Amino acid sequence: MPTVTVSFTPLPAHVRTARFIAASVARRAGVPETVLDEVRLAVSEACSLAVRLHRASAPEVPVELRMVEDDKKFRIQVVDAVPRARPTEDDVYAALSIGDDDGVALASAEGAVDLQARERIGLAVITGLVDEVDVEYLANGTVVAMAWPLELAEREEASSLPSMGG
Amino acid sequence: MDLSLSTRSEGDRTVVVVGGEIDVYTAPKLREQLIDLVSAGNYHIVVDMESVEFLDSTGLGVLVGGLKRVRAHDGSLRLVCTQERILKIFRITGLTKVFPIHSSVDEAVAATD
Repeated sequence: MPTVTVSFTPLPAHVRTARFIAASVARRAGVPETVLDEVRLAVSEACSLAVRLHRASAPEVPVELRMVEDDKKFRIQVVDAVPRARPTEDDVYAALSIGDDDGVALASAEGAVDLQARERIGLAVITGLVDEVDVEYLANGTVVAMAWPLELAEREEASSLPSMGG
Repeated sequence: MDLSLSTRSEGDRTVVVVGGEIDVYTAPKLREQLIDLVSAGNYHIVVDMESVEFLDSTGLGVLVGGLKRVRAHDGSLRLVCTQERILKIFRITGLTKVFPIHSSVDEAVAATD
């Protein structure tokens, strides 16, 4: 199960680096070209959120980006070290309804003042983009896990390799 | 590619041409530009996004902030964008209902409603 793990200091500039790495590894894994824009955007949302949270309460702790390729899926996890409560489902959907109130939720999130609103909006975008999303709120932080199906044609080379056993 | 910004006047409209990537790192630059324009009395702004290569919700937040600022002066903020990959995030967030989105700068400059 090929994996790439990157940890980076929570600097806004590194979110771009995270996008590049994620897209590059996804392409190599066989994620369709048409889907790479979604991978970039989802990773950007998850990493921007993690960077904001770390800068507010754990600036010395790196954010972790994990990419895992298995038989059928390409998985990305963005791991932060800021324990917090899960936003309620209502809140996520409230963030989606910003079209009805002149974008008040987004504007209040501008400048990273309101981290909770940022989290709701970031998760709303990720949920709107990616079919398979799971956000785990743990005692030591949060894992945003996303998965994309791989094109079967791209898998032939790997499946023809001799089994390494174990 | 980093963010590039340039502005020009077309009649009573101010056109901001944005290129490159708008994310958590570069968005503050765009926010400052919009704040400066409004502070200088430019209340009808057209943001040309045809050369934008990447936009996430941080960038959307800045555009919404700009919209609120011009609206406080009875102004307008129009977007020019035909790129599907950029339009997608406007649709996901419902912001297509908030921003007038045009297919060319000429169309945006001519728009009055």
